[in-house]
Amino acid sequence: MRKTMTGLLAGVGLMWACGTSAQAQELTIFWAEWDPANYLQELVNEYEAETGVKVTVETTPWADFQTKAFTEFNAKGSAYDMVVGDSQWIGAASEAGHYVDLTDFFNKHKLKEVMAPATVKYYAEYPSNSGKYWSIPAEGDAVGWSYRKDWFEDPKEKEAFKAKYGYDLAPPKTWAEMRDIAEFFHRPNEKRYGIAIYTDNSYDGLVMGVENAIFSYGGELGDYQNYKVDGIINSEKNVKALEMYRELYGFTPPGWAKTFFVENNQAITENLTAMSMNYFAFFPALVNEASNPNAKVTGFFANPAGPGGDQFAALGGQGISVVSYSDNQEEAMKFLEWFIKDETQKRWAELGGYTASAKVLESPEFQNATPYNKAFYETMFKVKDFWATPEYAELLIQMNQRIYPFVTAGEGTAKEALDALARDWNTTFKKYGRH
Amino acid sequence: MATVVMTSLDAKSRAASRGMSDISIRNLFIIPTILFLIVFNIFPLIYSLGYSFTDFRASSNARANFVGLQNYRELLNDTFIWSNFAITAKYVIVSVTGQVIVGFGTAMLLNRDIPLKGLLTTLLLLPMMLSMAVVGLFWKLLYDPSFGIINYALGLGSFEWLSNPDMALYAVAITDIWMWSPFVMLLSLAGLSAVPKHLYEAAAIDRAGPFYTFFRITLPLVAPILMIAIIFRTMEAFKTFDLAYILTSQPTTEVISIRLYKMAFQEWQTGRSCALAYIVLIMVLAITNIYVKYLNKVKER
Repeated sequence: MRKTMTGLLAGVGLMWACGTSAQAQELTIFWAEWDPANYLQELVNEYEAETGVKVTVETTPWADFQTKAFTEFNAKGSAYDMVVGDSQWIGAASEAGHYVDLTDFFNKHKLKEVMAPATVKYYAEYPSNSGKYWSIPAEGDAVGWSYRKDWFEDPKEKEAFKAKYGYDLAPPKTWAEMRDIAEFFHRPNEKRYGIAIYTDNSYDGLVMGVENAIFSYGGELGDYQNYKVDGIINSEKNVKALEMYRELYGFTPPGWAKTFFVENNQAITENLTAMSMNYFAFFPALVNEASNPNAKVTGFFANPAGPGGDQFAALGGQGISVVSYSDNQEEAMKFLEWFIKDETQKRWAELGGYTASAKVLESPEFQNATPYNKAFYETMFKVKDFWATPEYAELLIQMNQRIYPFVTAGEGTAKEALDALARDWNTTFKKYGRH
Repeated sequence: MATVVMTSLDAKSRAASRGMSDISIRNLFIIPTILFLIVFNIFPLIYSLGYSFTDFRASSNARANFVGLQNYRELLNDTFIWSNFAITAKYVIVSVTGQVIVGFGTAMLLNRDIPLKGLLTTLLLLPMMLSMAVVGLFWKLLYDPSFGIINYALGLGSFEWLSNPDMALYAVAITDIWMWSPFVMLLSLAGLSAVPKHLYEAAAIDRAGPFYTFFRITLPLVAPILMIAIIFRTMEAFKTFDLAYILTSQPTTEVISIRLYKMAFQEWQTGRSCALAYIVLIMVLAITNIYVKYLNKVKER
């Protein structure tokens, strides 16, 4: 009997040991469903070829990404070993203990010097300036613009534009110029419109769109150190920026009140608008003739400067974090060591991923690889992001609730909308004991 | 007869030999169902009621703190929430009224001797057999200001249905009316076919006009079944989420279910959203209760 029991226990132990070692040969990364996730899958296939560790990039549509990820975190589930989580999640996920603290890893590999400064600040560090890191910058991204080169370069259009506005028609250098160009090309009778901007109020579409104006007008959302918002979110600069965004909305195609990245690419592919706002990560589809019949005549430019010469853009993109409930944390760290290597980052960029590696970004090879990489490089060194506090989702919804009716329906004034937003945010920060 | 008796005795004796009485056998079937209901319906209901008195956030690992009625107090003082309720009420009124008028009207037309009546009825039932998501996406295209067929058919140019804050709620209600009028029609048809023919014959002999016949015979007799349709549709319209979410997600179409979803799964205010869910539940129960009382009065007439 004793022999039988011993044998049985040994068998169970062996099975457990084999199970653990088999599990460690597989890693799952969770991300949203979009092209960069496909590029990442291609990249990690090379990791499997090198090491034998199979890495799967599991995706879900953007609309479900946050809900699905946090549902798994809340259940302390080990389905995902790593997650390429949105930059705003970092406060919520780190404070709740969902992410592994990567500070030692970050410092050991001197990633603060290796990665572009903005990507470290917004994708990896929380709280701001704390020196604590929770992610490795993975997919750099920011908002940029595409435009119809053929419309801009048409001699008749150039002549008419110059006659009307007194300067040459060219990709805008300021928001004021962008407004003029949008107005000039806005011709509803010809089913041609001026501009496509973000207006979707379900998540961060509209907010990111408006941020482009706010930051370039020299404004801020608040003081991220002490959570002060009064006089900052409702500053004169922000009021002017919001008014400009509302004005641009008047030059969008009809029914443009619920649009985000898909529609804004369609604005170019379907000959709807002269200019279109979008994240750089969606631009590969615009240079691909299979998905854009106007690929050859599509140009790109960085977010223009505001009236004071400030030029910033809203940050997109994500860092990659190790999930604290993963059974394969050690293996995940090995993967990250491979991921941050210069040659891996170079390969990541070649496949279409937006590396955050400063060295790769600065290389002429990267900047000349696509028509928009140079604009991307310029933008990535002047980006700003939304609040990354754990209550970011509430702040986001409050901002949508206040500015959406003004931007899309002209309800109230920009000042009223931003004053009300300042009150909402103050209440929320007070509720969570931020001040 | 003898066989029956023998079989019955055999079964009893077999059950008795295993120590199982009729009651035990009955319990064997009923208890799992009750357990299932308790685990999947009653327990979550009570659990969420408990959470509604806490500041619990499912996105954090922090413990839930008891906050008493704070969530309820804050929600009932939140102007956004009241605006969500007002939008919901407006939507329910427009949508259910539209469905009753269209559904009952169609049923009246189909209650006559017309060719291909069966085929026509089946075709009219098709919208309610489609999934909400499909209907939402389908109508989004129909409403499109650039290439939507509705503007083309009505000659409205590039009229904005879904982007226009004043129009968006009506656009969602129109879609809901299109989808669910067949349900009212179906129930009304059942009610209309049950009206005794001799009442109409008597009315005809008395030379009663069509309005008199409708208001004195048809409507009173169909009213109870129509009330049932109204109760079902009101409850459903009150809970509307998918159609409004897919079609617009405008602030003017943010019905209470959408607000609840955002609070629970985007903001992760779990305790607060549980409180809101209970407020909604109480409201639906109150409305349904009023309807049922009215239904009983209609039946008594």
